[in-house]
Amino acid sequence: MRVIEFREALREAMSEEMRRDERVFLMGEEVAEYNGAYKVSKGMLAEFGPKRVIDTPIAELGFAGIGVGAAMNGLRPIIEFMTFNFSLVAIDQVINSAAKIRHMSGGQFSVPIVFRGPTGNAGMLAQQHSQNFESWYANTPGLKVIVPSTPYDAKGLLKSAIRDDDPVIFMESELMYGDKGEVPEEEYLIPIGVADIKRQGTDVTIVSFGKIIKVAHKAAEELEKEGISAEIIDLRTVRPIDYQTVIESVKKTNRLVVVEEAWPLGNISTEITYMVQKQAFDYLDAPIVRVVSADTPLPYAPTLIQEALPSPEKVIKAVKKVLYRD
Amino acid sequence: MGKVETKKNSIKKSTASFSKDQYFHWLEQMILMRRFEEKTGQLYVQQKIRGFCHLYIGQEAVAAGIVSATKKGDKHITAYRDHAYPIALGLHPKYVMAEMYARATGCSRGKGGSMHMFSKEHNFFGGHGIVGGQIPLGAGIAFAEQYLGTQNVCITAMGDGAVRQGAFHEALNMAMTWKLPVVFIIENNLYAMGTSVARTSNVTDLYKLGCAYEMPSYQVDGLSVEDVHNAVYEAAERARRGEGPTLLEMRTYRYRGHSMSDPQTYRTKEEVEEYKKNDCIERVIKTMKNNNWITDADIEKIEEKVKAIVDESVQFAEESPYPEPHELYEDVYVQHDYPFIKE
Repeated sequence: MRVIEFREALREAMSEEMRRDERVFLMGEEVAEYNGAYKVSKGMLAEFGPKRVIDTPIAELGFAGIGVGAAMNGLRPIIEFMTFNFSLVAIDQVINSAAKIRHMSGGQFSVPIVFRGPTGNAGMLAQQHSQNFESWYANTPGLKVIVPSTPYDAKGLLKSAIRDDDPVIFMESELMYGDKGEVPEEEYLIPIGVADIKRQGTDVTIVSFGKIIKVAHKAAEELEKEGISAEIIDLRTVRPIDYQTVIESVKKTNRLVVVEEAWPLGNISTEITYMVQKQAFDYLDAPIVRVVSADTPLPYAPTLIQEALPSPEKVIKAVKKVLYRD
Repeated sequence: MGKVETKKNSIKKSTASFSKDQYFHWLEQMILMRRFEEKTGQLYVQQKIRGFCHLYIGQEAVAAGIVSATKKGDKHITAYRDHAYPIALGLHPKYVMAEMYARATGCSRGKGGSMHMFSKEHNFFGGHGIVGGQIPLGAGIAFAEQYLGTQNVCITAMGDGAVRQGAFHEALNMAMTWKLPVVFIIENNLYAMGTSVARTSNVTDLYKLGCAYEMPSYQVDGLSVEDVHNAVYEAAERARRGEGPTLLEMRTYRYRGHSMSDPQTYRTKEEVEEYKKNDCIERVIKTMKNNNWITDADIEKIEEKVKAIVDESVQFAEESPYPEPHELYEDVYVQHDYPFIKE
């Protein structure tokens, strides 16, 4: 199978959907003439023209709202945030408009829109550019939230997101755009809300999503050398969450570690932990352990970043804890 | 580069450009809006209507003038003072009343309440509760019209408080840059809740805010239905010609508080009484009488007709059922089998 970059997978998803449906357009900062701040939309202006690939001023609140209004009135916008850190100035339109309009209009108006862009840390970018809001958006009824970790998943899920009739938050990473992976030439879709077992295992279940899952993969490789077989579940979607796949795995391995890039309080790992204790309490042989970011803003210094973020070492330690091998 | 145009329209007296039928239509519509809102206020005091409740009394000329000046395919969106606007667009008042009664027959199925009236059938895109939030939405609705190549415009209404929000400025800037077919209408009733316009900015002539974006911007006597109509018509035609948005500041006044819980300590009773002397409905009646188009008996007939509609609306609401509990999960997603977390 051919191998392409993550950013190319995203571009293919958008371009294919724009060829398929005239109502789909891309709007955001630097998406057109600059070819994308991270080159995700490279070449799209040339193919689709300025009517459908639209540069905006730096006005996230305004263009997020324009996207929602356009979606209410028959179009299917893709709104790019240069990063989801900047989505905070637009969050009123995401939460109060996109997520609410269908319910408060009694079903008369729907909002088929995708808000996409990178999330999480991306090197030494310091406090304001290194945040994970997956659980913030996932907390809100009316939205769907996708956080893929491979080019294959990214393409199939983005195509589904664009075709979805509900508002979708689609979160990527600057650190993944150059990742390469197998993506077939032929068209495919991946359903929203279905987790993927990325690695089969028998001794422990590791649940994760997004780029931080790479940490889990590295840990699993090391653990294998020690004879520990880890199963890795990639949630891929954090609203809705595919609890069933997680529960089934825990019933098999009896041990669970959750790896997430977000801050600890009230994040996705909190939710997974709650649901597993509720639905699989009797299957657990050890308390669930999670590996998440430190309960602090993420600073600039590399020593402090290392201290704050999940790492393979931290995951290995967590796995050994649930196996009582520490 | 758009030409900057600003002007203050003077108050126009009776004009020959509107027919007797148009005046009768305006009068009946404005009386309906007013009597409906008066009844709403009474029912709120009786706790038949709950939640927040913002009445339109005094401002009827704005909705009436907008509706007469626009066409069938045009779209409309406003903030939360939204009971009268959809009625002016032709939505039967009983669906608005039932919505305030939280009944399943309401125009938003009892889920939105006073602040969230919607009617897709009448191109009314709501009733929005975050001050200024509807302004980018209105620009986006207009964006879709431009994208789809229609001749429709989107009327985007807001209160004077909303113009201090970033959303207003971002939307005006992009609408003007992209020449979106939108008419921004500020219903300046002089008070953002309890804070007067003068206390929120040095710029108290709100139409001037459009000039920063080189947008055609006008101040209009919002108590004159004729002036509102003329200004909106001209702006909508400009948008239809592909020349982009217009900002209209309608100088109006609300007789009641910001919401039903407002003690109105920020203004004097004398000020309210002074404005009532210039009442928008009385002005329509005066024009009609000057033309010998209407008698007191005719007005009485309109009042009776309106009373019957309002009574019917209340009865409809009273007799309608509340939504069933299972309806809570309906209309959150288009996806019919979304897996909600249910404990």
